[in-house]
Amino acid sequence: MQLKAGTKLHSSVCDTDVMVIKGSGDVALTCGGAEMVTARTGAPGQIDPGFASGTAMGKRYQTDDGSVELLCIKPGKGTLAVNGVALEIKAAKALPSSD
Amino acid sequence: MNISLVLQMAADTFPDRIALTHNGVHYSYGRLYASAQAAAARIVESGAAYVSYLGESSPATVVALFGAAMAGKPFAPLNYRLTVPETNRLIERLFPVFLITDLDKAASVPDGAARVLMTGPEFLAATASEEPGEWDAPQDEEGVAVQLFTSGTTGEPKAALLRHQNLLGYVLGTIDFASAEEDEATLVSVPPYHIAGISAILSSIYAMRRIVQLPQFTPAEWLKQCCDQSVTNAFVVPTMLTRIIAHIDETNEQPNLQALRALAFGGGKMPLPVVERALTLFPEVAFANAYGLTETSSTIALLGPEDHREAHNHPDPLVARRLDSVGKPLPTVEVEIRGEDGSVLGPNELGEVFVRGPQVSGEYQGRKLTDDDGWFPTRDSGFIDDHGFLFLAGRIDDVIVRGGENISPGEVEKVLRSHDGVEDVAVVGVPSVEWGETLAAAVVLKPAVTVTEQELQDLVRKQLRSSRVPEHIRFVDALPYNEMGKLLRRNVKAIFAD
Repeated sequence: MQLKAGTKLHSSVCDTDVMVIKGSGDVALTCGGAEMVTARTGAPGQIDPGFASGTAMGKRYQTDDGSVELLCIKPGKGTLAVNGVALEIKAAKALPSSD
Repeated sequence: MNISLVLQMAADTFPDRIALTHNGVHYSYGRLYASAQAAAARIVESGAAYVSYLGESSPATVVALFGAAMAGKPFAPLNYRLTVPETNRLIERLFPVFLITDLDKAASVPDGAARVLMTGPEFLAATASEEPGEWDAPQDEEGVAVQLFTSGTTGEPKAALLRHQNLLGYVLGTIDFASAEEDEATLVSVPPYHIAGISAILSSIYAMRRIVQLPQFTPAEWLKQCCDQSVTNAFVVPTMLTRIIAHIDETNEQPNLQALRALAFGGGKMPLPVVERALTLFPEVAFANAYGLTETSSTIALLGPEDHREAHNHPDPLVARRLDSVGKPLPTVEVEIRGEDGSVLGPNELGEVFVRGPQVSGEYQGRKLTDDDGWFPTRDSGFIDDHGFLFLAGRIDDVIVRGGENISPGEVEKVLRSHDGVEDVAVVGVPSVEWGETLAAAVVLKPAVTVTEQELQDLVRKQLRSSRVPEHIRFVDALPYNEMGKLLRRNVKAIFAD
């Protein structure tokens, strides 16, 4: 599917919503094994048990090379993946609060 | 993108957690989100082009900020210290406006300028709602979230535009969602019309750190709120910290700041003696010095707690002087120092600070100042040392050109301030037949101290060189600062006009 920074995407098999932080062009982005969608229609499909470790609220997920980065804005049971490879949680930078 | 995402995520995650405390009244994330939705509906219905807030910090500020975002209208808070004619000139630039104000000034708002005019309490009552519903906030990539008027020290105020993507870029890039513990609370004493007031709301809500609002800053009230509300974090501008320390020294009372973990400051140059005194006075507190501009959606460089403690009393002068720096650029922005010819300068070379990154708007209404590659000229001069620490040397527009030589007021002020008898000082350029411009210093002496002009001139001659010696020196009772502690150099020049 076409990615663009700022786009909101939904899982078609669980409650997960993400916002695209980084990434562009045609990317095979899935959640729970099924392609993510811009709008949910109909009943949710089945989660692939191989992609069912879940998403966590407010965490950032990225590909190995950092070319795609997503922010989880609603958690769910599926695992985010690009080209069948599960995304990793991006480590926090832990800046001191300045405001 | 839409900044309302910040509040939406907080309300989705812990709707019942306290988001905000004002005059002892608590507001949960869920309640603020529901109110913002109700506000958005009102704003859309009104047909207003802008949402404005003219008043001190209150829960209505937060509801108006997010309500405007969800309605897809820019939020344009106004400085409540302006005169009625000044205020009206700005309101006319926001026509037609949804205006929230508690002030008497409302009575003098020009006819027809406001679609809706209500007080903060009326606005909160009209938008009170316990249960958030569904609301699709516009995701317009280019949408303006916040419009802030500059203080206009050199003419009519300019309208700085901060787009949703700039502000979200800052928040998402620098703060981990819900990273604050439930007992954390931040004391917000900066006004809502200042970028620090806006970023305090966005950052605190995204971190899910409770906001405690202090609408009218006084040192005594600040200290009282810290104690009563178990405040863990606070942001102050330099004058506030100076006044807090003076208050503690004068009253000779050890304040109860047991909960305070982190104190950040920014919004202007913090005098070194104040930082040093604060480090000694609050040994357990983590200090952060933040450098940022309205046009960069707040902080772009930061001197963190470890750097403060390491530099404090360090024997190596190159490490010790870091207390006078604004630290290192955030990982999410790039900073370059450029010469007058536009070339990128190396370490320790003085030039203009340029910045680039998602949070940088660099834009005023009708005028974009970033170049084709996204670099914004800050008009601040400075240099980066061998270890990446950024040092600022004042505003480029304040540079004095004496006989063709560029002189930064900061370097002369620093020398004069090092004199034991000098409390405060400002150096400006004044017209000179011989030199085009020459240096003039307005000096505030410490109480019961006598210092001669000759003494100060000799000090500068000895430490710098003769071209840096102020030709004119006036001893004054106080220097002209605005309410945010910004030195009004134009008013300093006026001292020498006669």
